[in-house]
Amino acid sequence: MSEMVHPEDNKRFSRFNIVAGAIVVMGLILTVLRFTKGLGPVSNLSDYNPWGIWIGFDLLVGVALAAGGYVTSAAVYLFGMKRYHAAVRPAILTGFLGYALVVLALHYDVGRPWRLPYPFIVQPGTTSLLFEVGACVALYLTVLFIEFSPAPMEWLGLKKARAIVVKLTILLTIFGVVLSTLHQSSLGALFLIAPSKLHPLWYSSYLPVYFFITSVIAGLSMVIFESTLSHQYFAHKMDAEHLAEKDTLPLGFGKAAAFVLAGYFMIKVVGIAADNNWHYLATGYGAWFLVELLGFVALPAFLYAVGVREKNVRLIRWTAGLTVLGVVVNRFNVSMVAFNYHLPAADRYFPSWMEIGISVFIVTIGIIAYRFIVTRMPILYAHPDYDAH
Amino acid sequence: MSISRRKFLGWMSAAGTGALLPKHLGAATTVDFSGYPDSMGVLHDIVRCIGCRRCEAACNAVNELPAPAEPFDDLKVLERKRRSSAGVYTVVNRYGAPPTADSAPLSGASPAYVKKQCNHCLEPACASACFVKAFTKTPEGAVIYDAKVCVGCRYCMIACPFEIPAYEYDNPLTPEVTKCTMCHPRIVEGLLPGCVEACPTEALIYGKREDLLAMARRRIGKHPDQYVEHIYGEREMGGTNWLYLAGEPFENLGLRTDLGTTSAPKLTSGALGAVPIVVGLWPVLLTGVYAMNKRKEKLAAEAQAAAVAAAESAAAQTLTEAKEKAAADQKAALEKLKGEHEKAVAEAVEKAVSDALAEAAAKADSPADAADGDGDATPDGETGAAPDVKPTSDEEDA
Ligand code: SF4
Ligand code: SF4
Ligand code: SF4
Repeated sequence: MSEMVHPEDNKRFSRFNIVAGAIVVMGLILTVLRFTKGLGPVSNLSDYNPWGIWIGFDLLVGVALAAGGYVTSAAVYLFGMKRYHAAVRPAILTGFLGYALVVLALHYDVGRPWRLPYPFIVQPGTTSLLFEVGACVALYLTVLFIEFSPAPMEWLGLKKARAIVVKLTILLTIFGVVLSTLHQSSLGALFLIAPSKLHPLWYSSYLPVYFFITSVIAGLSMVIFESTLSHQYFAHKMDAEHLAEKDTLPLGFGKAAAFVLAGYFMIKVVGIAADNNWHYLATGYGAWFLVELLGFVALPAFLYAVGVREKNVRLIRWTAGLTVLGVVVNRFNVSMVAFNYHLPAADRYFPSWMEIGISVFIVTIGIIAYRFIVTRMPILYAHPDYDAH
Repeated sequence: MSISRRKFLGWMSAAGTGALLPKHLGAATTVDFSGYPDSMGVLHDIVRCIGCRRCEAACNAVNELPAPAEPFDDLKVLERKRRSSAGVYTVVNRYGAPPTADSAPLSGASPAYVKKQCNHCLEPACASACFVKAFTKTPEGAVIYDAKVCVGCRYCMIACPFEIPAYEYDNPLTPEVTKCTMCHPRIVEGLLPGCVEACPTEALIYGKREDLLAMARRRIGKHPDQYVEHIYGEREMGGTNWLYLAGEPFENLGLRTDLGTTSAPKLTSGALGAVPIVVGLWPVLLTGVYAMNKRKEKLAAEAQAAAVAAAESAAAQTLTEAKEKAAADQKAALEKLKGEHEKAVAEAVEKAVSDALAEAAAKADSPADAADGDGDATPDGETGAAPDVKPTSDEEDA
């Protein structure tokens, strides 16, 4: 199964290779610029806007969209939804790659990346939410690596090591959920310290709760979204269990996402009411807030519900895309659009093309790595040696 | 086929306990710190400031900062609003129309000049935010920065409500955060801060914070016509060691009055207090959920075994039929089950029977089990002999 090569895939992948190759070359040039000239020449970061898309997109969106790993493994191993078992490996893989890329992106963003371990080995600043984020991301990346390791071990034939890791599954899953709860929510809590800079419609003492819940939403939707893409591009890699999941998984995950989105919608409204922010809704920011709340929360909740009720898998897949986009919009709003809302336009931030270029470069690395791994390791199929047991 | 409502609610409440409970738990992990009582500060009397920029020049000199783009005696820079930036610890901004020939200082017609620098908060946001503790609140009152540990994450800049810390974005290898130190090295030597020493009109006064507050109150009391009744920095963001007096509302002078009086550490203490709760409660809850589902699977397996036994007597008649059924496409079985939430018991038993028979008849024949059950009555092969073994789910059962 793994050795089969489809001719039309060859063509498609060679086109992919050209585009990806061009992006990688650009990324490498920008990387050299970044580390020889400094942050200033490649970015539009400023003293007023110390965080740009490398934080707003690569960190905040990256971590949220990589939530599929903990959401899926918790659903399958802890909450007994064994029928989605086949979804675990691809979700863990994308989670692992996602977090690895987040850490890579941070090396571009921070001023002295070689000091990134300092908070843990030199002087921990435990009063900082960022410390919590850093500690949890570092630990969780390790957990994801171990959770993912059976696949390369099967590929390399390391049966004994694999057996040990597999025994740890439940423990690792619980550990992963704890760590994810902590850092997903802490990413929102990062902004609690700046009530004067974040627009009141987005600032809320519930920010950590919002971020955690949206990470569940993002995780569920990303699993649907990825499975859509995988079924499109890697179907020949899949075994019967994966192929069978093509329609059941969107229905199950879509239903869960509909519930969580509806709950999220409600607590967002509660948040506005608690801070009595209704009057802001009449402003320009209010209109944009409503676009986010109605267009990217209420609408997908509704569409998911319709899709599940009518068993319309196509609709669910599109809704997953919309929901993922909604999480991106939310993280952008909190970290950039509604951040520094009080400053005049001239002092506001808009990314430079080189910042965008590096973000695209990093996402491309992720896609290349994903493709490399799923075409070689038992991700979308069960390894024959471990199958019958 | 999908999560049952009950399970979903249980799941959400579990999540809620983790995320919501700790909000009420106050400063479990943050040090409650309310400033050093004898700390020193500076009082900036905006009414007396003439915008000469000599403080800027002195600051540049005593801190050996790079030469500025425009010389310090060039007052044209007052035409635009400036802020602290890399290598510039302090700036003076003008608010109101530029002075004309006949307007003299203190005449009321003159514009206001406001010196901006680090306010040396009693409970600094920057220090609370830094994940390597690069900032220290000294007993003398100054908030100082240690470039030797700084990673350059710039969270301190996000956190500072007064928008003070700046970053050396153009330095590729050793960029630092830069900000006013209250001239801490000079203070410990018994010298005055450079800017205070240079001020020709005593618009900057250095002293014990308590004394400065008393002095400010006296001035307001004596000249209620000249000052607004507000000492900026007395309470803002929990209070600062740099204090301001002004002749007009501070919001007109680029000093935000909507910051509130809650100190930065208190804004995040709830979220930090959540950590021990999540770490303590989540594993217990999740293990419980896992154990419950495990037990449910066990009961389902027993039910399956019973069903198999009961069916065995009738097997002779149905065996051929069952074999055909088992050979049929798995997808057909899936379709049949799709979306079905609460299956009729009879149907479940029938399915179990056919599956079990199929297994018995053609062992290890079917890699995936279409009737993989959860929450519904269809048991699946968690009995060890099950053919739907996946690389990671079986071992932990063993
Ligand atoms: S003004 Fe800003 S930089 Fe200065 S101590 Fe306060 S928080 Fe820190
Ligand atoms: S930029 Fe440096 S000083 Fe500021 S928070 Fe990050 S590590 Fe601390
Ligand atoms: S106290 Fe020192 S460092 Fe701060 S503005 Fe004055 S001269 Fe500059």
